[in-house]
Order: sequence, then C-alpha cells, then structure tokens
Amino acid sequence: MAKTIFEKIWEGHVIAEREDGQALLYIDRHLTHEVTSPVAFEELREKSRKVRRPDLTFAVMDHNVPTTDRSHPVTDELSAAQMRALARNAAEHGITLFDYHSPWQGIVHVIGPELGLTLPGITLVCGDSHTSTHGALGALAFGIGTSEGEHVFATQTIWLKRPKKMEIRLEGNLQRGVSAKDVILYVIKHLGTGGMIGHVVEFTGELTRRLSVESRMTLCNMSIEGGARTAIIEPDEKVFRYLRGAPYAPDGEEWEEAVKYWSSLKTDSSAEYDARYVFDASRIEPQVSWGINPAMTTGITGEVPSPEDYDDRAQRLLVERALSYMGLRPGTKITEIPIDVVFIGSCTNARLSDLIDAARIVKGRRVKQGVRAMVVPGSMLIKRRAERIGLHRIFIEAGFEWRYPGCSMCIAMNPDRLRPGERCASTSNRNFENRQGPGGRTHLVSPAMAAAAAIEGRFIDVREIEPADLCEIEHNARLEEPWR
Amino acid sequence: MPEPIRVIHGKAAPLEADDVDTDQIIPAEFLKIIEKKGLGKYLFYRWRYNEDGSKKPGFILDEPEFRDASILIAGKNFGIGSSRENAVWALMDFGIKSVIASSFGDIFYVNASKNGLLCIRLPQEKVRNLRELARGGRLYLTIDLSEQTITISTGESIRFEIEQHIKERLVKGLDDISITLSLYDDEIKKFEEKMPSFLIPKPKRFIIE
Repeated sequence: MAKTIFEKIWEGHVIAEREDGQALLYIDRHLTHEVTSPVAFEELREKSRKVRRPDLTFAVMDHNVPTTDRSHPVTDELSAAQMRALARNAAEHGITLFDYHSPWQGIVHVIGPELGLTLPGITLVCGDSHTSTHGALGALAFGIGTSEGEHVFATQTIWLKRPKKMEIRLEGNLQRGVSAKDVILYVIKHLGTGGMIGHVVEFTGELTRRLSVESRMTLCNMSIEGGARTAIIEPDEKVFRYLRGAPYAPDGEEWEEAVKYWSSLKTDSSAEYDARYVFDASRIEPQVSWGINPAMTTGITGEVPSPEDYDDRAQRLLVERALSYMGLRPGTKITEIPIDVVFIGSCTNARLSDLIDAARIVKGRRVKQGVRAMVVPGSMLIKRRAERIGLHRIFIEAGFEWRYPGCSMCIAMNPDRLRPGERCASTSNRNFENRQGPGGRTHLVSPAMAAAAAIEGRFIDVREIEPADLCEIEHNARLEEPWR
Repeated sequence: MPEPIRVIHGKAAPLEADDVDTDQIIPAEFLKIIEKKGLGKYLFYRWRYNEDGSKKPGFILDEPEFRDASILIAGKNFGIGSSRENAVWALMDFGIKSVIASSFGDIFYVNASKNGLLCIRLPQEKVRNLRELARGGRLYLTIDLSEQTITISTGESIRFEIEQHIKERLVKGLDDISITLSLYDDEIKKFEEKMPSFLIPKPKRFIIE
C-alpha cells in the first residue's frame, strides 16, 4: 500500500499496537529544557527510576535564561532554581546538558537541527509544543507534556494515537519580501487555530521544495498554531547539506549509510491523505496578526475587522475581546498601527537566514525614535556566525539591541517582556493575551516586516522598501552548508 | 499516579469562550514553580487578577454560585497552544474534575488523561445547550465514566465517546510507566538491538565552526 513519509517513519518505530489504535513508539531523541522537566525528574526520583537512554537524551537551558551578558548571575531566584534543577538532574542521570554558559546553548528547536541532534527519519520528542519544528528535516517530532516526558525518560517510548494525515501543498512563487512566516500565518488564517487538530501535516509542493531548510522550519514550527499534532517535510539534498559535518550528525561510513536511508524517505506518489489543501503562495502578501490568536491575521494592505463581520456568536465575542485587548478599532488600516517594541527572535524566526532577512531592511537605516528594538539570536552558534560576518554591526548601528540567545520575549519568562499596553511587532509564534508580558500587545510578523516596522515606527509593506544588497554577507554566512 | 475515576458528580460552570489557550489557563510566569500542587490560585490568573494583584470582578469561577463548580463547560479548541501540563495541574488544584468541550488541543487532551482530568468531547450543539443550562448556577451533572454517560439534574442523559485506553487508565487509576515496562520491556530491548549505529549520537571532539 502506498504510504506517506509520516507512515513510513511511524511504522518503523512501532513497538506494539493495541486494538484501540494506540501505538507504543520508540523515541530516538528526547530533548528537554528547564521548565517542563523538573516535575518529571522528581517523579522518577520518587519511584527510583532511571533515565533509560541518557545517550539519546539532551538538555538545554533556554526558556528563562536572561539574554544579557552571560558574565552576570541569574538574579530571578525562581529561574535560577529551575536552571540549577536541570543541571542537577542532567548530572544525576548522565544527560548531556547545554547550560547557560555552553558555546552551543540556544533555543531547543534551534540547536537540535543545527547540532545534528535532529536527523531525518528519527522520532523526536520534547516537552514543548513547538517541537513540530524538527519535522522540517524529515523527523517525526512531537511536542509532549511532562507526564509523557517522564514516560520517555523511563522507557524511551511513548503511547500515541495514530494521527490523521493532512497534506498542505504550497505552489507558486513568493513575492519579493514575502517569507515562510507569511505563508504559515496565511495558512493558519484560512484553516483556523483548530483546523489541523489531530493531524500530522505534510507540507508538499513546488514551493516547499524550493524553500531553504531554515524556512521549512518556520513552516513546521507554527503548524502547532493551527492545532497540528506535528508537521513534516520530505528530506532532500538541502537537508543533507545542512547536516553534513554537524557535531552530532553521523560521519564517515555512517554518514553514507544514513544518507542512503534518508534518501528513501519519500511519500509514495499514490499515498492518500485524510485532508488536502492547496495554496497558491504567489497571492500571499506580507501578513500581520491583529488579534489574540495566530489565525486572527490579515495582509499588510488589509484592515482590522469588525465583530459584525462574523456570523457565529462565539466568534463575535472572541473578536470583541481581541479588539478590546489589542486596543484596536474596526476598520483601522494595518499600516496605521504604531508600534513601541520590535522583537526579532524565537524558535520561529531567529536563525541566521531570518537575521539576514531583517538586516537587508535595516542596513543603512535607523530604528525610529521611541521604538525599543532587539535581536535575540536563536543560539550561541548563530550569534557567533552572525558576528563573524558582521551582521551584528548592521543591527547595532541601526539602534537595535544585540542580545544573547534564549526564548526571551516570545514567552517572557526572563526579564525581556512588554510593559502593559506596549505594542510589539514580533517574529515569534503566539499573540495570546499577556504572552509577551502582562497587558502586552503582540503582532506576529516576519523578520523583514518586523525590521521595517522598527524603522518606520508602524507597520509598513516591506515590498515598498528597497532591500540592501547583502550578497557578500550572505555568501560568507554559508547558510546552506553551515558546517563545510 | 492518578486516583481512579468512576463517577464525577458536581456543579457545572459555563466558560463562554472558544480557543482558550493554555497561556490563558496558566500564564508562563507561574511555570517557574517546580511543583504540581498549589497552582489553582494561578488558574486563569490574568482573567481573574489585575496587574497589582487585586481581584477583577466577573470571572465565572469566582462568582459565588460557581465557586464550588467542578465541571467546566467550555467552547471549541479548549487547551490549544503551549504543551504546559501546568494547565491541567492548575485546573485540578482549583477543583475542576472534568472539562466538556466540542474540541481540545491535542497535547492538553493527552496531558489531562495522564493526570485524571476527564476531558469529554461532545458535538458543538450539545455543548452549547449545556452551557446555556449551566448559566444559572444550578446545573448539576453526574458523569459516569464506566457507562460513558452524562446525566443532567433533570434526568436527561447524554452519551459520550472516549478512547478505550484513556477510559481504562482513568477508571483503574493505572500508572503508564509500570504498564509499559511490565508488558513491553523485552520488545523495547529487541528494538534497541536493531537500531542502526548512525542513529546513536557520537559527538565529535573537534569542530571547526
């Protein structure tokens, strides 16, 4: 029977299947961080259980690390305690830890792929919903809760109901200034926050194949905002080049063997899906979210909707609540919305290519007076690579803060947060109420759109801005083969 | 290990909102607490409290007639977003034993099942009706998990579907890890023996970035 890539990986990892459709799946990689792991480790300790495969388990501090100079101690006592707990737990169980001071520290979903911990064809879990990111390399990756994490620690397996299959085919050429972030916001707007619930989403089509590995990560990352169980993309040459030479990727003969296997991970041409959507991406304009969930999004030439536009009573109430929280009036043009803060960062958009996208807009320009703008690279490695090619200077000269890596203002568990009422153009993934700080107002945008908003002090169609020529920087960035 | 559940009897409270994400159920700042217990006071924190810590009026679960509610009737897509299991712990610590909605975020639904919070999916129309009935603060429901029925104080009974493995685990209060290890340890070992060597991470000592 014809199968999708998801089915091939799934079936290759099933240890047992019960009549009710629950499968016990072997897990090849378990990534963990300081926030969702302490209770799981505590429960293991209470029951005198060990981590079964510390060699397949990796820990990193990312959610509440400060993004200022690492020479200072962490002053938030609760954050420091969580970080200490992770260090203690990792040491106790023999797990590799990328701590606050590690040269490879970074956001878990950024460092997994960049260090070669994430590989095509593997099963991967992490106690974080944005684990879907790793699907961009052809891994089957699930965000899980703390109890499930404990189960994986103890057994290296997880019980899962087999998800349904959804194909999202992306066709057409992107307009200049439009990125994967705009595509995924557009898709979520059309399918809704619950549109992908219960499904593994496979991104296919011409455009998906043309996108860089890092752009594919942005797509897969935000599929969770459409409710997807996870997302996946067939691995190709681009993925292999991205991984080759990475610290934890196989090498020598094992590399050859791995590539041979990875090259076989394709969806059969006659494979079937439970749901299929096709999007013509050439029609997508830069997107800006206006509300309190990622589906509440419109194009840059659009305007804030009115509750009256919605037939459903619950929807109307939600839109009313959104407009009240966001301090927006129906009919306001998106380009008339002024912003106070710009955040370029997060597991959605803090990779080197994202920073280059933003830098093209920023170079030679200044952040608007009164706007607070920051760049938080996704990892120490990205920070160093950016500094090596001079990218940081473009941001600093324009008036951006150039920070250390972490989840930062995407989740506001560290000191980086909005003040009540502040309005932020953010490259992160969630515009939920209070997400970036109590009372903070989030507009989700691409890195280029965030950069443009920083310059103008309001949203502006990035297609109208002539981007700087960064050919040399881009060449030196070795985006496609970071480890060659 | 969760307590076994057979019958939940309690007052229902209507939560008139779709797309309630786990950031709303418990904000990120409270995820720094390393314990499951005591999170109830942070449940729906931003909906219930002002920035200065004073109480906001009007939140349904703080209304006198709903303070003892143990069943929440929500909208659609309840528990979407972040994977934080703290959302389940906060609901349970607050005294909520069951959430009824037309759909749930996938991760939240699984997390709930691991902790003994009974999530019940019903068709949108039925959920809406229950929410209407619950408005007055006098709707008591009896949820019989074994029978898969919800009985309303008036006597009407609604049947619901639930995954058999979740039902079994909740009814018996079973510990997942013990089940897996007692039944499947040999299979796991066999699987591990067959894993190709390239799957095992071998960090390289010298890396030129």
